[in-house]
Amino acid sequence: MGTISLKNINKSFGSTEVLKQLSLDIQDGEFLTLVGPSGCGKSTLLKIIAGLEQQNSGDVIIDDKNVNSTRASKRDLAMVFQSYALYPHLTVRKNLETPLKLRDYSFVERLPLIGNFVPSRKEKKKSIDDLVFKTSETLKITELLDRKPGQLSGGQRQRAALGRAMVREPVAFLMDEPLSNLDAALRVHMRSELSELHNSLKTTFIYVTHDQAEALTMSTRMAVMIDGELLQLDTPSEVYNNPSSLKVAEFVGSPKINTFAAQIISDGSVEFMGIKLERKFKTNSQKALVAVRPEHLEITKDPNKPVFEATVSYRENLGSDIFYHVQVDQSDSKIIVRGSPQAGLISNGETVKISPSHSEAMLFETSGERVR
Amino acid sequence: MLARHYIGESWKHGLLIIGALIVLIPFYMMVSMSLKSQQEIQSISGGLVGAQEIQTFPVCTKHGYTEEVCTMRPYKYNFWFAFKKAPIPRYLMNGLIVTVSIFLIQVLIALPCSYALAKLRFKGREFVFSMVLFCLLIPVHAIALPLYVMLAKAGLVDTYAALIIPWTISVFGIFLMRQFFMTVPDELIDAARMDGMGEYSIVWKVMLPVAIPALLAFAIFSVVAHWNDYFWPRIVITGNRDLFTPPLGIREFRGGIDSDEFGPMMASIVTVTIPLIVAFIVAQKRFVEGITMTGMK
Repeated sequence: MGTISLKNINKSFGSTEVLKQLSLDIQDGEFLTLVGPSGCGKSTLLKIIAGLEQQNSGDVIIDDKNVNSTRASKRDLAMVFQSYALYPHLTVRKNLETPLKLRDYSFVERLPLIGNFVPSRKEKKKSIDDLVFKTSETLKITELLDRKPGQLSGGQRQRAALGRAMVREPVAFLMDEPLSNLDAALRVHMRSELSELHNSLKTTFIYVTHDQAEALTMSTRMAVMIDGELLQLDTPSEVYNNPSSLKVAEFVGSPKINTFAAQIISDGSVEFMGIKLERKFKTNSQKALVAVRPEHLEITKDPNKPVFEATVSYRENLGSDIFYHVQVDQSDSKIIVRGSPQAGLISNGETVKISPSHSEAMLFETSGERVR
Repeated sequence: MLARHYIGESWKHGLLIIGALIVLIPFYMMVSMSLKSQQEIQSISGGLVGAQEIQTFPVCTKHGYTEEVCTMRPYKYNFWFAFKKAPIPRYLMNGLIVTVSIFLIQVLIALPCSYALAKLRFKGREFVFSMVLFCLLIPVHAIALPLYVMLAKAGLVDTYAALIIPWTISVFGIFLMRQFFMTVPDELIDAARMDGMGEYSIVWKVMLPVAIPALLAFAIFSVVAHWNDYFWPRIVITGNRDLFTPPLGIREFRGGIDSDEFGPMMASIVTVTIPLIVAFIVAQKRFVEGITMTGMK
């Protein structure tokens, strides 16, 4: 079992409020990502779950037990850190053994020299050796067991750190940006490995990242946190396609979503950039914001489509996609449009006609609230 | 152009060589004098090692040894007589006991202190640390008298304890290790906590092994300072020759009927200096690392 629930967590450092009344329910076996820009309190939240940091108020409940006053080591959670935090003076094997020894050995058995003479230790040592071996097999680090962390590459250290977390077979894994120290190619590779690991272990994973790509690719559900508040908790596709607020819409998705000022006409229909949306909305205000993702804008030559004109100012060619940064002619706002390479390259300075896909446009209040 | 370049470089080297000579000449004199006979020392002749003629030494016979025993080569006589005249092994042993005990106790106290100052959050931490810095400013000589009075009242004068206790809390050690611990990532400590270590286990099982380079640097400072210390042992060891540390032992050669016999005196100084020189050669790289790391001295 590995359900974790947080109830009204508050945390502040001095006068800065880091977490504000945050509640979150994490289901057993789920891969939950806490995602948000740096400084949004996600790492602090993870530390509170781990017991490394004490919340000012609120409850942490693991498997229906309130663990507010339980020490980190007794919560039966394992953590993987961004810098791996392997003990630099110990071999990988010893690194993996440490949490097991601390959990299984009694005080006397842990003593150097004397511990060797305690009969019960031999049996425990055997089971520890087995567990370490089994884990190292799973992670394919068996041949690295006798090396020290300093002799390993980034990816190997990452695995060793994962191994140290896995050996204890914890209730849940807590991961604090574990991939951010790896190079781009390895990071993508480790993403899939972590997902596979999650599938085979079926343990709860709580994964903190500022990289929305990691959150979108790996998680069962993602929790978007901004400024110490949980803004949306849902599946990645739901968060991407149906963000609850403009902040979430702007944070998730790369390149960033485009926003346009819009007017609401008396009959409830919305007009922006001279284009009238077919859908109607119920809202009291006159002004609103329309947000459209770059892939839902189309560069078109079709005269029947409603369009607005813009000038290409910068072109990002990613091979599979081309992103055009364009300057909208009627205003001074810059937006990003996805073009397909098949349509041919458009050079900087050219004027293009852009047409939004109506069904994909999202409407927000000027305050950022979603209007449905 | 090239020639000018060499001239420009050479005066720097010349200056450095002169500086090096100023430092090295006393050592050369010490070694040379420890090998030569009294006549050669006084007449400043014989180069580094002297003629090494077999001769009978008058000071030796004055001490009641037979002429046969007192006839030998000067280098042999100097060292033999130095060891005869004063219990030098005993002094070396005392030096070892005192410096090692001081260092071990300093580490025992400094590590938990500096860990707390660097990594634990508690009220008044900054104040405590500023007190540590403040203590760095107090010269030993200023507090020597009250310290002596305290030790005397406790009846500890003329004991090993008097040599060791005043140095067991090293604010310099606490400061040095605290600066080093600041560079250890918090994540390592958090990882140890997750693994189930208590704070003391973290200090001894995680921080200590990580801090070995810093500890070695500190060891060099501490051992050199207390091995060479003359001031403090001179104050608290008033009569008991069995407790003399090496610098006090050397003093034995001053005064008395044979006070002007330099050979054995220099031989004893060489003997006392050798352990440190050997230690320095072995740990030379660490020593330089340690000094550059701390940015001190």
